[in-house]
Amino acid sequence: MLAFIIRRLVQSIGVLLAVAFIAFAMFRFVGDPVNQIVSIEASAEERAQIRESLGLNDPFVVQFARYVGRAATLDFGISYQFRQPVTKLLGERMPATLELALVSAVFALVVGIPMGVYTALRRDSWLAKLFQAVSLVGVSLPTFLIGILLIYVFAVTLGWLPSFGRGEVVRLGDWWTTGFLTTSGLRALILPSITLGLFQMTLIMRLVRAEMLEVLRTDYIKFARARGLTRRAINFGHALKNTLVPVITITGLQLGSIIAFAIITETVFQWPGMGVLFLQAVQNVDIPIMAAYLLLIAFLFVVINLAVDLLYAVVDPRLKVTVRAA
Amino acid sequence: MTEPVLSVRDLKVQFVTRRGVLKAIDGVSFDIAPGEVLGVVGESGAGKSVTGSAVIGLIEPPGRIAGGEIRLKGERIDNLAPEAMRRVRGKRIGMIFQDPLTSLNPLYTVGEQLVETIRTHLPLSAGQARRRAIDLLAEVGIPAPDRRIDGYPHEFSGGMRQRVVIALALSAEPELVIADEPTTALDVSVQAQIITLIKRLCAERGTAVMLVTHDMGVIAETADRVAVMYSGRIVEIGPVRDVVKHPLHPYAVGLMGAIPSLETHADRLVQIRGSMPRLSAIPPGCAFHPRCERAFARCAVDRPEPLDRDRRKVACHLYDEAHAEIAS
Amino acid sequence: MPSVTQEEAKSPPPAAARRSPGWFARVMDHDLTASFLASRVTVLAALVTLALAVLALFAPLIAPYNPFDPAQVFLIDSLNPPRWLPAGDARFLLGTDDQGRDLFSAILYGLRVSLIIGVLGVLMAAAIGITLGLVAGYVGGRVDAVIMRIADVQLTFPAILIALLVDGVVHALLKGASREDTAFGVLVFSIGLSFWVQYARTIRGSTLVEKNKDYIQAARLVGLSPIVIMARHVLPNVIGPVLVILTINLGLAVITEATLSFLGVGLPPTQPSLGTLIRIGNDYLFSGEWWIVAFPGLTLAALVLAVNLLGDWLRDALNPKLR
Repeated sequence: MLAFIIRRLVQSIGVLLAVAFIAFAMFRFVGDPVNQIVSIEASAEERAQIRESLGLNDPFVVQFARYVGRAATLDFGISYQFRQPVTKLLGERMPATLELALVSAVFALVVGIPMGVYTALRRDSWLAKLFQAVSLVGVSLPTFLIGILLIYVFAVTLGWLPSFGRGEVVRLGDWWTTGFLTTSGLRALILPSITLGLFQMTLIMRLVRAEMLEVLRTDYIKFARARGLTRRAINFGHALKNTLVPVITITGLQLGSIIAFAIITETVFQWPGMGVLFLQAVQNVDIPIMAAYLLLIAFLFVVINLAVDLLYAVVDPRLKVTVRAA
Repeated sequence: MTEPVLSVRDLKVQFVTRRGVLKAIDGVSFDIAPGEVLGVVGESGAGKSVTGSAVIGLIEPPGRIAGGEIRLKGERIDNLAPEAMRRVRGKRIGMIFQDPLTSLNPLYTVGEQLVETIRTHLPLSAGQARRRAIDLLAEVGIPAPDRRIDGYPHEFSGGMRQRVVIALALSAEPELVIADEPTTALDVSVQAQIITLIKRLCAERGTAVMLVTHDMGVIAETADRVAVMYSGRIVEIGPVRDVVKHPLHPYAVGLMGAIPSLETHADRLVQIRGSMPRLSAIPPGCAFHPRCERAFARCAVDRPEPLDRDRRKVACHLYDEAHAEIAS
Repeated sequence: MPSVTQEEAKSPPPAAARRSPGWFARVMDHDLTASFLASRVTVLAALVTLALAVLALFAPLIAPYNPFDPAQVFLIDSLNPPRWLPAGDARFLLGTDDQGRDLFSAILYGLRVSLIIGVLGVLMAAAIGITLGLVAGYVGGRVDAVIMRIADVQLTFPAILIALLVDGVVHALLKGASREDTAFGVLVFSIGLSFWVQYARTIRGSTLVEKNKDYIQAARLVGLSPIVIMARHVLPNVIGPVLVILTINLGLAVITEATLSFLGVGLPPTQPSLGTLIRIGNDYLFSGEWWIVAFPGLTLAALVLAVNLLGDWLRDALNPKLR
């Protein structure tokens, strides 16, 4: 068990280093770090001086190590556009994105799993077919189109819910702001989280359905039937539990990507989160922000992955953790 | 004769596919007496396992029981409502599957699965059910059952898992146990132990057994009577001694010729030429006639019905009195 | 003696010859055809896909206006509602956008752009993925490890994020060039780099199986170069499943392009794709000009849904386990 966790940790650090390398390469070679410091009018000599003082003439490995060292202390440099530390910019916007992602993930799981179970167990009922059709539409409709549609119906036409922003937020502690504590904040969360969660929800539903159908075909389910167990015990005691074990893994990966998908939702709903900041960075070639965001996503992914592995070990007594493919 | 535990009459099972209706079982009749072990043999695809599934009510779409009846102690069970049939399964008919490695749910302990089964069928408290589960594990020969009961299936060897499966099948004292190839997936060294165990436990309880296997050796050692199946029909059924020593149906003759024996010395084992037809292409008349060395004109047209012959039944025109002269 | 083997190795090996059409024959096998015809939805999806493809292909012939020709576009015509509405203008079937372009024409041209970028992007992804997968599977060892680790790390990120990053980096590298000139190529490149992993994994898997077969061993003994063996002998035998991935990915690629354009890092308003049109329309949603977003949106949804249905059907039909 301990060996397993250590192996996973080492792998995670490997992934993080690889991503850090890409981020560093972007930071160092695509953008010019000197630009962070000097004005456009600076002379070539000034630039050379700064170059030397920034250590940009040092060997590659030394520079990479320095970058990683700084990243570890949350120093990602200065944004080209805003002339402010990247960490501060990301930090201000992080609560908005994380709260949105959290609500979306809960929505995706709470709705997606029961729908998947239902469509697997009642394969031929009309409701299951409806769910299947909805899931196909959910996978096919681009997120931004769903967002626009929801805005048009619930904000423009019906006027029930706000179409942009976070509503009123409450400051908690030094840097966290939350929309959970005000009515307007909660109302503002509804449309964006449905938009962001819908795609994940349909994925989870389809996954649960496929896994469950697979499990229902196994010998131990047949044997459970032959033992005369009730339908409920077979479906929910045996099949569901076995279904959820592999679902945990893939769902974990999916939840990680919610934060990245938030870029689109945040744009549609003018949500003041990290995604909008990243998008602005891409449009304006603000490399330090792009690099930092990349690392941040990788870090979150690694953390979620580790959590999933631990959960996996708790749920599956075999602890037969095969190397996950895809 | 006492009332049979199981009585199957003219059972038909069909699978509806896009390419037509496949007759997996086509008019099978047999009885099993209390405490009796009936062996069912035949090649894969002959319909042995489907017969077992039909009896316990586990034929799944696109398969369906298309005709005939199945009676358990005289009570018809083939047309029971799903919930009523569920109460029969596990309680009155137990089943042992082929592969013990996949028969147990890997996420539950052996004890959880036993207790669950026991409490589904018997009005026992959790504590009583657990005690009963430990007793059952002891009976099937699991050492230190009070400790092993909390183990997960992957902590047991294949033979031990099959013992657990047997304990599960017997946990509600069924009147009939269907054992579908119970030893095929096991090491040769433990096969005999498992067969002996099934036979002993059922004999002690007076439980009848339907033993489905393609292993004639197992049948010869274990069964009281044997039914030989071919292409969804029983071609010969009778006391195991008679059928093994003096098979009547040409297919049974071929099958028995394929058992190696120490008593009679044979240079080479007999082989039946050709292979069993696929369900989509069962020949008219006697399904065996294209492979039969003693086939004659009638065999290709006329389907032979089971004929009484001493204590057994044979479905072969060779034994039809009216045509005896043609045969000889 | 060697000359004989050489002869054998040169002509496609028997196994290859038999297996490659074997897969194709399986596609054409009547099980598949039957399942196709049995599903009315699939037939409908195929028809919709075909119709949209034809519309896109012949857009210049079908469209009543050329939305890119400034001589045909007048600002005075801007924001006309569809023809059947009271304020509609008979000249513009689906109305006009903010610059006075005929929306119907713009959609046809936009569909064309979206489909071309989607197809080219998917083909590029396939080319990268197939090459890397073949090399990883055939060469093995360190090369394999490096390629597959890169694939693993890339899988960490959603394709849209990769595409955004590639877009940002490429624009940073092409400092001088304007978005208008580079947008098309950058989009294809971004999509290509975002979707190659699945091809690489699939191809690598089947290459590992295939490379130990006798005909490959024979080709190696004869001394054919690894490149020839990979391209001429391994590739035809492992390419089959790629068709399914291509179909499934096409829908994703079209969505990715539309999303990038919607986010403002794809095609500029001067050469709009469906995503760009929706981006333009989104700005006018609140003032009631719903048609600018609605019709491009519907077209996009119909296209992706139809392609996805085809992909789903193809995958299920070729993978009987799921039925």
